[in-house]
Amino acid sequence: MHELPITQSILDIALRHADGKRVTDIHLVMGELSQLVDDSIQFYWDIIAKDTSAKGAQLHFRRVPAEFQCMVCFEKYHPNGEEFSCPHCGSVGAKIIAGEEFFMEAIDVE
Amino acid sequence: MPQRVPVVENILNANDRLAEENRARIDSAGVFAINIMASPGAGKTSIIEQTLPRLKDKLRVAVVDGDIATSIDADRAAAAGAQAAIQVNTGGECHLDAVMLHGALDQLDLKQFDLLIVENVGNLVCPASFKLGTHKSILVASVPEGDDKPYKYPGMYRGVDALVINKVDLLPYIPFKMDYFQRGVEALNPGVITFPISCRTGEGLEAWIDWLLQNVIGKS
Repeated sequence: MHELPITQSILDIALRHADGKRVTDIHLVMGELSQLVDDSIQFYWDIIAKDTSAKGAQLHFRRVPAEFQCMVCFEKYHPNGEEFSCPHCGSVGAKIIAGEEFFMEAIDVE
Repeated sequence: MPQRVPVVENILNANDRLAEENRARIDSAGVFAINIMASPGAGKTSIIEQTLPRLKDKLRVAVVDGDIATSIDADRAAAAGAQAAIQVNTGGECHLDAVMLHGALDQLDLKQFDLLIVENVGNLVCPASFKLGTHKSILVASVPEGDDKPYKYPGMYRGVDALVINKVDLLPYIPFKMDYFQRGVEALNPGVITFPISCRTGEGLEAWIDWLLQNVIGKS
């Protein structure tokens, strides 16, 4: 739903780091829990980047799986099912170690 | 030959930085600020309407209302006794962001207030991603929405500091399993403070008001 402002932010960051060069590729890292749809980002991208030096740049999304760590038995696990409970001891309230990230890793310029 | 440029920058960096700026402004005025989030119709405005008269003569309160259109909510807040009520029309955006709150803060002399209540746009997805710079995030759930909401909107339930469950007066009439709901909440946000209330009957509002007062006193 809020993919438009996010796409604008991606464009701003890429152009700032490109230093006037043409941007050909943008490498994004997106956690499994980040609730964003890469298709809609791509859709907005084609519209908002068209008059910039990032026009036509390819967006690459690297998905990071969610990883939780149980705060009772300290086992790490991938959450499964609706309650996110620890598959080893059944406890809830795990700490999220990975899966919430959303950042730009790198760009390719020429 | 293309050349790789390392970036490593959070996409919402600009929003987060502005949220920090908002927080600094709010802090320097000695104000305690909350961000109230919920789905449409859960009772965000109703809670504000019930809260304001109970804080009368105790706290000076400003309300910032986010909506896609109209000033209905700000008008209701003003009628209920807010010393200032600013309406922010997001023009289609499904959430408030730090830029919009920044603009609203420009219209307020923050030093004149003790408590700032920000009412976000009714939505259980997007507001969770955009920090505003408030001190505490409050989620208003309501009985008629159903008991499965924590499971369906984990991002929202995970990130809040307090949970209000509104419309508990409807519990006898609606198949809402409180233990199932609370198990979901506990899994996502263990130990989060919870206020079961009814804006219609006034049930449970005292505990909510006490919590607000304690936080404001802790701030000043």
